[in-house]
Amino acid sequence: MSKGIWVFIELRNAKITNSSYELLSAGRKFADKLEQDFTAVLFGYNIESLTDAIAQYGVDKIILADDPKLEKYTTDAYATVLTDLIKAKQPETVFYSHSALVKDLAPRVAERLKTGVATDCIGVEISDDGQFKFTRALYAGKLFNQVYSPHARPVMATFRPNALGVEDPSGVRNVQMEKVKVQLNLENLRTLVKEILGKVQNKMDLTEAEIIVSGGRGMKASENFKLLEELAEVLGGAVGASRAAVDSGWRDHSNQVGQTGKTVSPKLYIACGISGAIQHLAGMNSSRFVVAINKDPEANIFKIADYGIVDDLFKVIPLLTEEFKKMQA
Amino acid sequence: MNIIVLLKQTFDTEAKIQLDSNNNVITDNIQYIINPYDEFALEEAIRIKEKLGDVIITVVSMGPRKVEEALRQALAMGADKSILLNDEVLFGGDEHTAAVALSQTIKQIPYDLIIGGQVAIDDGSGQVAIRVAEILDIPQVNLVTKLDVENNKLAAHRQVEVGTEVIEVFLPAMITAQKGLNEPRYPALKGIMQAKKKELKILGLADLGLTENQVGSNGANLKVISTFLPAPRNAGRILSGEISENVQELVRLLREEAKII
Repeated sequence: MSKGIWVFIELRNAKITNSSYELLSAGRKFADKLEQDFTAVLFGYNIESLTDAIAQYGVDKIILADDPKLEKYTTDAYATVLTDLIKAKQPETVFYSHSALVKDLAPRVAERLKTGVATDCIGVEISDDGQFKFTRALYAGKLFNQVYSPHARPVMATFRPNALGVEDPSGVRNVQMEKVKVQLNLENLRTLVKEILGKVQNKMDLTEAEIIVSGGRGMKASENFKLLEELAEVLGGAVGASRAAVDSGWRDHSNQVGQTGKTVSPKLYIACGISGAIQHLAGMNSSRFVVAINKDPEANIFKIADYGIVDDLFKVIPLLTEEFKKMQA
Repeated sequence: MNIIVLLKQTFDTEAKIQLDSNNNVITDNIQYIINPYDEFALEEAIRIKEKLGDVIITVVSMGPRKVEEALRQALAMGADKSILLNDEVLFGGDEHTAAVALSQTIKQIPYDLIIGGQVAIDDGSGQVAIRVAEILDIPQVNLVTKLDVENNKLAAHRQVEVGTEVIEVFLPAMITAQKGLNEPRYPALKGIMQAKKKELKILGLADLGLTENQVGSNGANLKVISTFLPAPRNAGRILSGEISENVQELVRLLREEAKII
């Protein structure tokens, strides 16, 4: 009988992602409840110094694959090393955060292991008989379901950023460090990352942001998003956009919230000049608080907003930015 | 060159989802579309064909007979042939069983490049194309926003959190399309007329050489426990004072009532 909960730790710009800390926070609690070992798995190069931060979260074991061939993500290298590890150690459960890397990796590994993976989960609970039950959004949040893996092991799931939440570290336990010897034939790696364009050091990804300031058709022009950038900066948040704004060419698609963009669950979603089309609401419906600013009192967005201001956003946003600045001063 | 496009028919993005008394999604009055990401995949295949000339595009889908509409649309846009896996036993499975059925179909046709959408907007899972690549033992580039085909090599832009990776890969390979890859065309009248004469093959379990245990709900690892609608969000408070009062009140509410600032 396989045992143990693994969480796959992800690095971005050589730092542990916030979503990985969510996995560490939740994983420890599940391991306690199921009375299983809790293991963090870390891939990369020159990464040993990061294990201290991981250990703070009460892991029983850290599996470290520290190798130049794992410095940059490639499907073949990561999938091979991870699949071999899982086959050798037979964890019962492997959790990931739902990132670009994991979207590429997890289905590969799952198919190789002939198991399922519940992707982009927004919730999880343990049933009385010790099975993980995962909540997933369908139609970008217009519908939900709960799924589980009755027999196939390991149970695998990827979690949407902010779905689990980060908690304070539970403290260092007796940590066993296991360094993996990476055996990879470079000729077997079928994809080659030639370069990374437009590399940003500190840009927050929309799905991970706790606060999103989002603009729609009412923003009228690309340059007006500067107002939202300023507000987002004061709040430490990220800027999103509706499909109308993206299709008008005002923002990049990576900013789009909705059914053909990202589904987000921030603590606060400030919708500016967004009417609230069904496909947009689906993508932000699970935000904890929604603020709508729109001059049209009939706009759909007001039907789901916790707080609304019916007014010209070009006047409201700068005042709001000033007010938050004052508050922080 | 042979290109295969994986295509799924989905509800329109503006569709409102409702459940009947048995918790099944009500499909009356629903408009259907080609999954938008699969449409980017198809458009890219057609552009490659226009550029290289000697290309055959085969669209492969799985689902009820209604999907024939989506396949006719794909043929009208410029695909050459299409295959629909239509067999009740193939349905109701998970991403693994869907990939098994699709890859078994693809093994029967020559291919150099397979393109699918990065995710379907209905189940939002984003796994099937990658699982197909694994079963066929070919590499994949996921979340592609730009694609250049040169001889037997691809250069693909892949959207990640920190920027855009430029990835090189040799054919045969799987590509999954992200929004931004292209702007899909509308079928022209001539294309619509031609589509009626193009091949639309319907296959079932027996044609795939698979057994009932490998597909559909029998072969699935993930099982659905329940399906439910989101808790309705109620309209909150519209602030009705002067603009500067409203802004101050909003900040106060976010701080004292919502406690999130």
